[in-house]
Amino acid sequence: MSAPVSANLAQIGKSVVIKGELSGSEDLYVDGQVEGSIALKDHSLTVGPNGKIKASVEAKGIVVQGKLEGNLQASDRVDLRKSAVVAGDIVTQRISIEEGAYLKGKVDIQGKSEKAAGK
Amino acid sequence: MKLFRGSSGGTQTETPQSAQKLTRRSSGLGELSRLWDSETPLCVLDLGSTSPANIRFFTERSHRIYSEDLLVASTDPALVSKDEEGKVVLDSRKFLADNLQYPAAHFDVVLCWNLPDYLDESLVRPVMGRLWSVLKPQGMLLAFFHTKDAGPDSPCFRFHIVGKDMLEMQRIVMKREARRGPTGAVHTAITEGFRLQRVFNNRHIETLFRDFASIKFFLARDNVREVLVVR
Repeated sequence: MSAPVSANLAQIGKSVVIKGELSGSEDLYVDGQVEGSIALKDHSLTVGPNGKIKASVEAKGIVVQGKLEGNLQASDRVDLRKSAVVAGDIVTQRISIEEGAYLKGKVDIQGKSEKAAGK
Repeated sequence: MKLFRGSSGGTQTETPQSAQKLTRRSSGLGELSRLWDSETPLCVLDLGSTSPANIRFFTERSHRIYSEDLLVASTDPALVSKDEEGKVVLDSRKFLADNLQYPAAHFDVVLCWNLPDYLDESLVRPVMGRLWSVLKPQGMLLAFFHTKDAGPDSPCFRFHIVGKDMLEMQRIVMKREARRGPTGAVHTAITEGFRLQRVFNNRHIETLFRDFASIKFFLARDNVREVLVVR
C-alpha cells in the first residue's frame, strides 16, 4: 500500500531510522523505524506496512499497518489494520480493529467527559 | 490424562485454506454474562487470538479489555531449553517474565478459552498459577477442555463473543511453508496452527484449579467441557 498523499503530511521513508523525541503540528506517515516518543497533539500518525515503532505515541488519530511497541493515546481514534502488530496499551475514544491484527495490551475507551475529568 | 505430545508430525493433515466459522452456545459464557451489566467497569483478560468482536463487545459496555495471545507467545524460539534429562522443554520462568505481567488481583474475568489443551505441558501449571494471582478474589475464569473423544488433530479455534451466551468459533488455519534447513535441504515447516497437547479428565482439571475457591463444569455436545472457576 502506498503512502497517503496530503499537503500537510510529513513522511518518514522505510530506510530512515530515528531515535529520540518526535513532535510536530502536521500529520505524519512513518514507514521507517522510530525509537523514543511521538507527540502529534492535534494531528494523525500513520504507521506504514514497513514501519517499526518503539515509542509511546500521543496523537489525534493513529493508524497502524506495521509494528508498534509502546503505549498509544489518541484523542480521537485508533485504527489497527490487518497487518498491524501492536504491543502496548491503547487509550482512545474510538477504535477499529481489522481481522488479522495482533494486539498485546489493554484497550481503554475514554469518553470526552472522562478525558476532560482527567481519568 | 491423555498426552499427545509424542505424536508424529507426519500424521498432520492440512486444514482447508479458508478459516471456517461455527457458532455455538456457551453455558459458561452465559453464566458470566450477568457480570457484563455491571456499572463498575470490569477488567477482562482475553487470552485468545486478538478478536475485534471481543474488544468491541467489552468496550461498548465500558469495560476494559486486555488482549494477550499466549499460544502465539509460547512459540517464541527463545523459550526452548532442555531440562536435567536433556528433554526439550519451554522455559516457564522466561515465559512468565515476558507475558502475563499484571498487578496481583487485577482482573474480574479471565477468558482462557481452549488455551490449557493447546499450551505446552511445561507452561500449563505456571500459567494457571499466574492467572490465579492476577484474578481478583471472586474473579472468574472460563476455560474449555476437550473430552476423551477428541483426537490430536482436533482443530484449534479463535473465539469471538457474538451474544450473551453465543460464540463464533473461527478455526485457526495451519500454514505450511518451504524452508531451507542448515544442511541446505528444503523442508516444510508449519508456521501457524496448534495441536491438541493432551486431554484432561475431570480429576486433572480439578487438580489444575485446586487453588481456586470453586469449580463448575458444563457439558457440551461438541466433545468440549466448559469450566468456570472462581478464585
